[in-house]
Amino acid sequence: MTAVDAAARDWTRATAAEMADALAAGEVTSVALVQAHLDRIAAVDGADPSEGVHAFLHVNAEEALATAAAVDADRAAGVAMPRMAGVPIAVKDVVVTQGMPSTAGSRILEGWIPPYDATVTRKIREARMPILGKTNMDEFAMGSSTEHSGYGPTRNPWDLERIPGGSGGGSAAALAAFEAPLAVGSDTGGSIRQPASVTATVGVKPTYGGVSRFGAIALASSLDQLGPCGRTVLDTALLHEVMGGHDVMDATSLDEPVPAVVEAALAGAAMDLTGVRVGVVKEISGEDGGFQDGVKQRFEESLDRLRAMGAETVEVSCPSFEYALAAYYVILPSEASSNLAKFDSVRFGMRVEKETIEKTMLATRAEGFGDEVKRRIILGTYALSAGYYDAYYGSAQKVRTLVQRDFDAAFAQCDVLVSPTTPTTPFKIGERIDDPLAMYLNDVATIPANLAGIPGMSLPAGLAPEDGLPTGFQILAPAHEDARLYKVGAALEASLVADWGGPLTAQAPEVAQ
Amino acid sequence: MSSLERSDVARLAALARIEMTDADLDRLSGQLAVIVDAVAKVAEVAGEDVPATSHPIPMANIHRADEVRPSLAQDAALSGAPEAEDGRFRVPQILGEEA
Amino acid sequence: MTTMTYAQAMDEFDPVFGIEVHVELNTRTKMFCGCANEFGAEPNTQVCPVCLGLPGAMPVTNEKAVESAIRLGLALGCSIRESSRFARKNYFYPDLAKDYQISQYDEPTCYEGALDVVLDDGTVVEIGIERAHMEEDAGKNTHVGGTGGIQGADYSLVDYNRGGVPLVEIVTKPITGMGDRTAEVARAYVATIRDIVRALGISDGRMEQGSVRADVNLSLRPKAVAGESQDDVPFGKRSETKNVNSLRAIERAVHFEAARQASLLLAGRPVVQETRHWHEDTSSTTPGRSKEEAEDYRYFPEPDLLPVQPAREWVEELRGTIPEHPAKMRARLREEWGFSDLEMRDAVAADALGLIASTVEAGTTAQSARKWWMGELSRVANDREVALGELPVTPAAVAELQGLVDSGKINDKLARQALEGVLAGEGSPTEVVASRGLEVVSDDSALEKAVDDALAAQPDVLAKIQDGKVQAAGAIVGAVMKATRGQADAARVREIILQRAGVEG
Ligand SMILES: [Mg+2]
Ligand SMILES: [Zn+2]
Repeated sequence: MTAVDAAARDWTRATAAEMADALAAGEVTSVALVQAHLDRIAAVDGADPSEGVHAFLHVNAEEALATAAAVDADRAAGVAMPRMAGVPIAVKDVVVTQGMPSTAGSRILEGWIPPYDATVTRKIREARMPILGKTNMDEFAMGSSTEHSGYGPTRNPWDLERIPGGSGGGSAAALAAFEAPLAVGSDTGGSIRQPASVTATVGVKPTYGGVSRFGAIALASSLDQLGPCGRTVLDTALLHEVMGGHDVMDATSLDEPVPAVVEAALAGAAMDLTGVRVGVVKEISGEDGGFQDGVKQRFEESLDRLRAMGAETVEVSCPSFEYALAAYYVILPSEASSNLAKFDSVRFGMRVEKETIEKTMLATRAEGFGDEVKRRIILGTYALSAGYYDAYYGSAQKVRTLVQRDFDAAFAQCDVLVSPTTPTTPFKIGERIDDPLAMYLNDVATIPANLAGIPGMSLPAGLAPEDGLPTGFQILAPAHEDARLYKVGAALEASLVADWGGPLTAQAPEVAQ
Repeated sequence: MSSLERSDVARLAALARIEMTDADLDRLSGQLAVIVDAVAKVAEVAGEDVPATSHPIPMANIHRADEVRPSLAQDAALSGAPEAEDGRFRVPQILGEEA
Repeated sequence: MTTMTYAQAMDEFDPVFGIEVHVELNTRTKMFCGCANEFGAEPNTQVCPVCLGLPGAMPVTNEKAVESAIRLGLALGCSIRESSRFARKNYFYPDLAKDYQISQYDEPTCYEGALDVVLDDGTVVEIGIERAHMEEDAGKNTHVGGTGGIQGADYSLVDYNRGGVPLVEIVTKPITGMGDRTAEVARAYVATIRDIVRALGISDGRMEQGSVRADVNLSLRPKAVAGESQDDVPFGKRSETKNVNSLRAIERAVHFEAARQASLLLAGRPVVQETRHWHEDTSSTTPGRSKEEAEDYRYFPEPDLLPVQPAREWVEELRGTIPEHPAKMRARLREEWGFSDLEMRDAVAADALGLIASTVEAGTTAQSARKWWMGELSRVANDREVALGELPVTPAAVAELQGLVDSGKINDKLARQALEGVLAGEGSPTEVVASRGLEVVSDDSALEKAVDDALAAQPDVLAKIQDGKVQAAGAIVGAVMKATRGQADAARVREIILQRAGVEG
């Protein structure tokens, strides 16, 4: 590419891998990349929560440009650079960032500036990636639509009247709207994968413990996992390697090397899946209804593509999945009710001052938390309370064992398992807000992976014919085998992109400006 | 056969330190009862013989060496405090003493 | 309502009690973070995102604290669970940073033990131990305004330096059948725990600083009637008196509670199951939160931490480090050293057993070691208002000093001067003796000259001696001692005087 081409190029449309290569080749500066994205954010994100995509809660322009300038200067001086140095990134607001507001989408943390960095934030800084800002999310990651943010909903760039998924709707929408090439997400029951599915982006929930949770504001500690979000499988792999690895600050962190996911993504792009056994999970593949026709159709076509590349497909059954959603909605609220106790107005965050500390806590939490958070705290308090523990929390932990056993049996027959990521394409904002149970059903296919701690990926499977909106393809692998997701995902992506003529996000309508 | 009454919600909200008005209870109790009834099915499948899983990836004995790491400076520790005084976090009157 | 005495209460009822002791471990860092575990720092300077409960922070267990807890469990005769884990105890309180305490619940690391407690008269009582579990301490509230107490304060200030300090909580089984010795047993039990944690070196055991804290549960039940076994009489409602923080207070709290409950019961009024606060100034308790409105703690396994599964070999290795039971050690030492009861009791009270033992080990007799530590050194420690162990003198130095006396190099008086030099930092006893020139004058020619001088100065005395009034030699001895500034061996001086007078030898 000539210098003129590079200058004329709209870098927001490039992949992160392309940006890294262009930076290394001196074809573009990090400052130019950051500025292009800041301009894009200014153009489409909306000056006010009521308009635009509203993917960002905080734009970190000054620091991002300073980081970029330092990277450019060092690169010019010949200093050795990490591979992704200078490539901008957005960070879900659930991750604490020293010196930058971190609210987890909650009013109760409005204005809180953490005095420390999450391990993932530190790794991003060490990789010298400019942080563009903090992305919107359902409050404390409780939700599947980002409508439960304390700061107004994020809108899906494919259709601003629709939800971008949740809880990580901000990160996914930022990618789909070309406001950032990469983003950090967190996935407790599908909060990376489900938004990826409904925005035609890629998201991975690594094996539990594969990415440090230190500094990720906890929702449900035994389910939460941070992970990478991108527009391509390779980009996602590049970020996965930046984020992953052992951390002494997180006792649940895996003490093993980060899986070679970039290598796997590159291998998968050769589109040879000979010998790969793919299991289609009967209980979450849409056979039993509840799944949109177009979603099922794109899923079936994707299976055909896998077979065409040499994979063998079999149907497997995981009967306990019928109880997975219920178990999840016991375990998550229980752990969350305890994790969210610390928001008590004493050391940080909102305070509604009353005459006693007890009344102050009551009033602060009443005002600071939204309805979904209150619902789940009450539910969790109930499930853990004397006399109910065994029936609820205890039973849910047993269901968890059954889900793991189902996965073990399935993986004895297959290398990976697959399903549609979500039953439907993105619904309209407001459509399910008063029906929590209907909302919870969005996560039926993604939740089992969190209960079992196994890794999962969602990548675009094409648009549903009936509404022209994105559908997602989910791949699951055994614990520690994250690389398999990238190999199979990259193969399917290559096959699809060859027909689409480019990434699916390129087909998204231009966001009304 | 809803297992969760409005009065239960009021009691649980107090336990969880969330003040609830009558309107809050009206709005949330019905939804919560539906959810509780839906999730109660977890008790249907798992028998006595099924062990509980707390951690998805089985690990044990992850300890830290007894070595001092830097603490936060006092002003950083207090930086988020709604109110501070004399290097301490200030809170309104505490009634009743805890364990 | 008639007010009963403790003795009357014990006449009328059968007491049942139990004690929960919290021991603060002396690890370098806190239970779940790397903040220093030290008493007395500026407020909120030993805090981090973990122990401040900041959003996103996560705990990681301190290996040394686990080791200390297991060693304590072993010393209490407990079994060590193959797989134990932490749980969250959920309740809201401003000094509890996360609004849950990480503790152990249904799977404590140490369980089912028994501890022999030796009473003053030598009676041995076995106390059943239910469990010993790890947990974290809370921060500290300071109440401002009003009387400085929690009631009536205008507001409170919170310091989290103590938040997250490692604790082991030891819970006894219900203790029955102690009758009027209940208070004595309660006190002796806590004293034994304190001695054990000190002997293990896992805690400084200072009750006055709160590093050993006790909660005392007590209930009364009717005495069994003829033909009925006391074991078949159900327990009465109990009170739990919190934070009784001295041995004397434990005895007094039992006295007060027994008398209070007996008075209620005899008046036909119920005892309320409740938490009570101990007041040191009035030696009485007042009601706290009653158990009827107790919190529902909603315990569940701490999802941020993994099970503790100590290897059997490690546990056995730790078992090898458990010191002798303090009371049994005392009995053995008393025997070995030949101390009287009084001597032993004084040495225990002065916390001097270890010092004496080390001094004996360094090569002196037990009585000599006792004499130094309980005599001159106790006096100095008392003057300086420090503990014996804090004096700048080692048991080895004391043994060395006694060695100099035993070999006749110095006498007792010089030894005290040498000790003064040692305490002043002038060096070892031998060095001080040399530098201060304290050695006994043993060169006979110098002594002979001094004797001759003295005899010449007091011819009348010489005459008396020669007359057979040998006791008159004392005046000359005194003069010689004075002339040699006390450095002469008085016995030798006397011999020379008698020689010179031609009376003997
Ligand atoms: Mg306790
Ligand atoms: Zn700390």
